[in-house]
Amino acid sequence: MDEIIKLEEVWKIYNEGEENQVIALKNINLHVKRGDFIAVMGPSGSGKSTGMNLIGSLDIPSHGKIFLDQHNISHLSESDLAQVRGKKIGFIFQQFNLIPNLTAKENVMLPMIFQEMDEIERIIKAESLLKMMELGDRMDHYPSELSGGQQQRVAIARALANDPEVILADEPTGNLDTHTGEVVMKFLNKLNNEGKTIIIVTHDPDLALEHSKKIYWIKDGQIERVTEKIKGKWKTLKKVPNE
Amino acid sequence: MIKDYFALALKNLKKRGIRSWLTLIGILIGVAAVISLISLGNGLKAAVNSQFNIGSTEVLTVQAGGISGYGPPGSGAVKPLTEDDARAIGKISSVQVSIAREVRSVKLIYNNKAAFTYAATVPDNLQQDNYLYKIADLKMQSGKLIYQGDRGVIVIGSNLADSTKNQLGRDLKVGDKVQINGGDFKVQGILEKQGSFIVDNAILMNEKDLQELLGYGDQVDIIEVKVADESLMNQTQNAIENLMRQRRDVKAGQEDFQVTTPQASLNSVNQILFGIQIFIIIIASISIFVGAIGITNTMMTSVMERKREIGIMKSIGARNDQIFYQFFIEAGLLGLIGGVLGIILGTGIGYVGTAALNAFIGSSAQPQISFFLLFFTALGSFTIGSAAGIIPAIRASHERPVEDIRA
Repeated sequence: MDEIIKLEEVWKIYNEGEENQVIALKNINLHVKRGDFIAVMGPSGSGKSTGMNLIGSLDIPSHGKIFLDQHNISHLSESDLAQVRGKKIGFIFQQFNLIPNLTAKENVMLPMIFQEMDEIERIIKAESLLKMMELGDRMDHYPSELSGGQQQRVAIARALANDPEVILADEPTGNLDTHTGEVVMKFLNKLNNEGKTIIIVTHDPDLALEHSKKIYWIKDGQIERVTEKIKGKWKTLKKVPNE
Repeated sequence: MIKDYFALALKNLKKRGIRSWLTLIGILIGVAAVISLISLGNGLKAAVNSQFNIGSTEVLTVQAGGISGYGPPGSGAVKPLTEDDARAIGKISSVQVSIAREVRSVKLIYNNKAAFTYAATVPDNLQQDNYLYKIADLKMQSGKLIYQGDRGVIVIGSNLADSTKNQLGRDLKVGDKVQINGGDFKVQGILEKQGSFIVDNAILMNEKDLQELLGYGDQVDIIEVKVADESLMNQTQNAIENLMRQRRDVKAGQEDFQVTTPQASLNSVNQILFGIQIFIIIIASISIFVGAIGITNTMMTSVMERKREIGIMKSIGARNDQIFYQFFIEAGLLGLIGGVLGIILGTGIGYVGTAALNAFIGSSAQPQISFFLLFFTALGSFTIGSAAGIIPAIRASHERPVEDIRA
């Protein structure tokens, strides 16, 4: 299987060289295969969110290289990064992050507008995605008229709008109760079964253990260990020694 | 694609609070001022022209100089014009007719009350009477005009007939008897309201009657000259000036008389109007400028408030230029809405104002509103709005998604 995402010796240092320098990520090496279901686990402040921003091309590394689908994206301009992430990555956020002024359907159409897709095509695609998310009867509702679980499903539909290679979910169930969280995870699993690469970032070990295939455990900006589910059982692949 | 940005911008505008709409008042007032100014132009000109009784364009007026600014025209003249002057002017080939007229202050008594006004003479000459009435375009409310041989009768302006305006405590009607400077006269006709303070307060009488009342000899206040053709106006003006210089023995540049054309009067009226227009345009420009600043301000606030939204759009693939266009167009639409409201208000003022002027002076001016005017005003408001939105839009497009989404 080929690699969709590769991080090579990636560092993220805030205020580098200054007195208040903060090292958020130290020398991260990470490989994500196409079709994988990865969880990035760690307590808050461990650097997992910074990692997600880098993987999602929302931010660029201080040092090291990031490859997305074999392309080095470490030094792209803001607008080029936007185009790349618009095509290759679908984001799902803890706070859903729908645009409040737009209906469910318009929210799903928005990424397609930014890719300059034809209007008819956009409408057809948005409607079919929302139906897939079992929201066929909620298409013209505004986010404020939808429950949390429904909003997150709209967000998943939006993440899928441009047929991305990777779905990147940051605490996707963080703002949902257990039941609706389960529903959202069920959809992510379904997408994974259909071949999409899924990366979730979470601090909830149960969620990671139940749904993902491989877990990167992060602590203090470093990968502490990597575990993988092989034939239903979790095995530690490697342990990164503390410096 | 640009259509999508318009749709998005409209969506955002719909959710705006009253604060955003208040910032449009500047643009609204500026545009309304410009539109009403332009649309009222015709009506204003008609109104001013009628006030100064500028009618026929083939008429020259000759007056003696030294106008003091007090009393009726010619009365302050050091060396008055004479009937001979009028006859001499009448002999110039391009002059169709030359009419000598007197305008004098008089006291009219009726119902034991006095009104101070002025009397203007009508020639005791049928041909000249016909020309005079044609030039002045007088219409009758009742009764009839004064012609050669009509003695002891007067025609009065509409204000003099109206008890609310004539200080006589009673309406004057055709057939009523009045006293003017001691002489007995009968009202033979009442003029229709002209909207000109000159005509509406006048008394017209036979020149012989006024001569008998006041005894001013062959002295003349105004000579009205009807020129054969409009194209001969300048030529005739020069000819009269030359003639009068000779007759009065003055050098060029030291004239103690003046020959005015309606064109000259029109020009001075237009100059006044032009000054007013410049003033209104300056006010309108300031208003529009303030409006534009208001749009910049509200867009800036909007960018701050929507940082998170901008971050979200960037994270789902919006390029910098796509964010820029959204805010740029939104600002343009704000300007356009202000402009359209201003157009509606300005057009309303134009129609109502013209109708009011027409009712007041009895003219029939039409508001000057064209499709092009409205189209370019709307386009201009959009341009001003979007220009005001450039800086906020650049600000928005440079927002960094990482910082915004988590805010």
